[in-house]
Amino acid sequence: MVLYWVFVLAVATLLYVLLDGFDLGVGMLFGLTRDEARRRAMLSAVAPVWDGNETWLVVVGVVLWGAFPIVYATLLSAFYLPLLVMLAGLILRGVAFEFRDKTERLRWVWDACFAGGSLFAAFIQGMTVGALVEGLPFDNGRYVGGMFGWFSPFAVLCGFGLCLGYALLGACWLVRKCEADVRDTAYRQIPFLSLGLLVFLIVVFAFALVEDLPVMGRWLQRPYLLVFPAIGVLAAIVLATNVWRRRDGPPIYMVATIFAAAFATLAISFWPYMIPFAITINEAAAPHSSLAFMFWGEGLFIFPLMLIYTAISLSVFRGKVASATAHY
Amino acid sequence: MHLTALLLSRLQFAFTISFHIIFPSFSIGIAAWLTVVEALYLATGRPAYRQVFEFWLKIFGVVFGLGVVSGIVMAFQFGTNWSELSRVSGPIQGVLLSYETFTAFALEASFFGILLFGRSRVAPWFYLFSTAMVALGTSFSAFWIMINNSWMQSPVGYVVENGTYVPTDWAAIVFSPVVWVRFPHMLLASYLTGAFCVAATGAWYLLRGEFTTEGRIMLRMGLYLAAILVPVQLFFGHLTGDYVHDRQPIKFAAIEGRWHDEQPASEVLIGLPDPASETDRYAISIPILGSLIGSMSFDSKEVGLADFPPQDRPPVAIPFFSFRIMVGCGLVMLLLAWVGSYLNFRQRLERNRLLLWLTFLSFPLPFIAILTGWFTAEVGRQPWTVYGVLRTADAVTPFLTTRAASISLLVFCAVYSFIFVFGTYYVHRLLRDGPVGPLVLPPSAAIPNRPMSVVTKVLAPSPQPFAAGE
Repeated sequence: MVLYWVFVLAVATLLYVLLDGFDLGVGMLFGLTRDEARRRAMLSAVAPVWDGNETWLVVVGVVLWGAFPIVYATLLSAFYLPLLVMLAGLILRGVAFEFRDKTERLRWVWDACFAGGSLFAAFIQGMTVGALVEGLPFDNGRYVGGMFGWFSPFAVLCGFGLCLGYALLGACWLVRKCEADVRDTAYRQIPFLSLGLLVFLIVVFAFALVEDLPVMGRWLQRPYLLVFPAIGVLAAIVLATNVWRRRDGPPIYMVATIFAAAFATLAISFWPYMIPFAITINEAAAPHSSLAFMFWGEGLFIFPLMLIYTAISLSVFRGKVASATAHY
Repeated sequence: MHLTALLLSRLQFAFTISFHIIFPSFSIGIAAWLTVVEALYLATGRPAYRQVFEFWLKIFGVVFGLGVVSGIVMAFQFGTNWSELSRVSGPIQGVLLSYETFTAFALEASFFGILLFGRSRVAPWFYLFSTAMVALGTSFSAFWIMINNSWMQSPVGYVVENGTYVPTDWAAIVFSPVVWVRFPHMLLASYLTGAFCVAATGAWYLLRGEFTTEGRIMLRMGLYLAAILVPVQLFFGHLTGDYVHDRQPIKFAAIEGRWHDEQPASEVLIGLPDPASETDRYAISIPILGSLIGSMSFDSKEVGLADFPPQDRPPVAIPFFSFRIMVGCGLVMLLLAWVGSYLNFRQRLERNRLLLWLTFLSFPLPFIAILTGWFTAEVGRQPWTVYGVLRTADAVTPFLTTRAASISLLVFCAVYSFIFVFGTYYVHRLLRDGPVGPLVLPPSAAIPNRPMSVVTKVLAPSPQPFAAGE
């Protein structure tokens, strides 16, 4: 039962990262252009799906609370201020979708909300992962870091890293969904973003070696973990050839594979800890009566239904978006 | 009053949840109303019903969207500010809220899309079915939330193990008698919100002499529905009072403003509760009525606040006054609904501009009643978060600083005011423009998970008229 809920949590988290990853990424790239026609095309590439993508964040939150209450209570309170920024960012970028169309004069306010909100939300998520990898200050199973226990240069570095990663996802999404100059711009951005990401990974690796992070120990103990980075490298090579040949479809899948490989690497190197090196999955799990009650209703029936629904709504809006000029 | 992280967290929770509840209570009511109108359209084929349906669907889209956005914050706020509560009660409250998310997601997300864009693609009976499913989804959402809150008011079906609450009897939690009194109370409140908003809009159009066919439908149906529902609601309100009387005697005494045991008890209609002297100043009270309301008898003994130590009492004035405001709103709504329905039945309502004005101005009443009702329930439960088990002071995140809590409160106030102003402005514009325009407006880029997009096309001014005007 515990394993089932770990599985649900992992699927929901990965789906959130991939799905909201590309639309937060598009939000950041949106901030890089001034051209109204391009901005419209970029918006319509994510407008139909962003809200559904963000629902997965709520799913992650409530599954965490119901199935692993200690983790929910500890992480959310430990990341109090970052989460506040993330929520404000998500709200503002969410309503910006609807409100920017209704005004001419104040459109720049909503555009700033959209790009800025996406950037901040992505940065905070990366920082959270970084802080977890580095390890939060714990004493006797209780978080003792106070309001700024998450802050470290490494965490900030990871914040920038995820922004690059999401932007790369976003660029690949634009390549897939858009045409003409939006697509071409995205193609030009992909090499820079990939290079930035590579540099980031090297720096992170060096940092982990120098600081002798506990995660490194896990890697040396479990060499079979290297299979995931290997998958990532393979995907990166396929990505490069596809971008080189200007094939619009595959890049997003390749970047998604890289993300999934990174996610699996992290998840397995944390195992069996839920909050690395402080609280294990079994310590965090809710009592059996709670997990069973969740399983027989939402776990067994509704969760598969939600997966199917997500697949359907993505396939309904497949293909390139209509030309931006037609909208006006 | 000294500002502490605890007090700021309480203010923040009160602010964000009060902001949030406005939208779901409205959308639950409107979803049910849409189902009724669509059924009438199917039965009669009158185009006016269809106009009314399309019109309220647009408003539903905006309000639903604001409810979703403000609801995301609620899913995180338990963990950020109330980490002790989430840690010990997660095995029960977390599970209930996860059911809320899953069921609402499944039903609303699946059928909302059909509601907005599927009219031409599905059979009429299936379209009606989809409307009903969306209404059911919003009600399900309320159902789980009410189970969750009722458990906090009257915790059952659990044992304490290693400092956490372990559920032992889910049937007792879900089918607690408290749930089955409070859930209908909330559901009826939402329906009444819908009824009065619809009636007020109808009255507005009749006063302006525009859209009179649609306005007449809205006014008549809203008032008739309210005339039936308000008495039922008063009855469920009374049942809710009974559970408070039996299970939360301190809250009951605070609501009644009763400081000392009385036999038979009188009922304080109005007064000013004074904790220092433990009396109500300037009180107007009726003898014996207190026993009658509390225990349905003429000579029962009713307990007073002085039986309990001061640290176990809630701040008396808030539940005392908010309860009276709620009941006051309820009685005014009853009067309006009955007089309006009677006049309408005699075909005299439309000539009575005074009553039309009163109906038009009545739309805030259900919202005020819902908010003050929740103030009564939640503030009256203090100083407990989980009644009798976990004190609010022990539920808050232990290391939360006053500075961090002030920042978050300010940020939420600013962001919420910002989106509330814009949201209200757009709803007002939709209401003012009235049920006009072509019937089916499926914007090409709009989708189920993005309800607000249904209005985009209608509102976005095309650039040509601007150019022509300049």
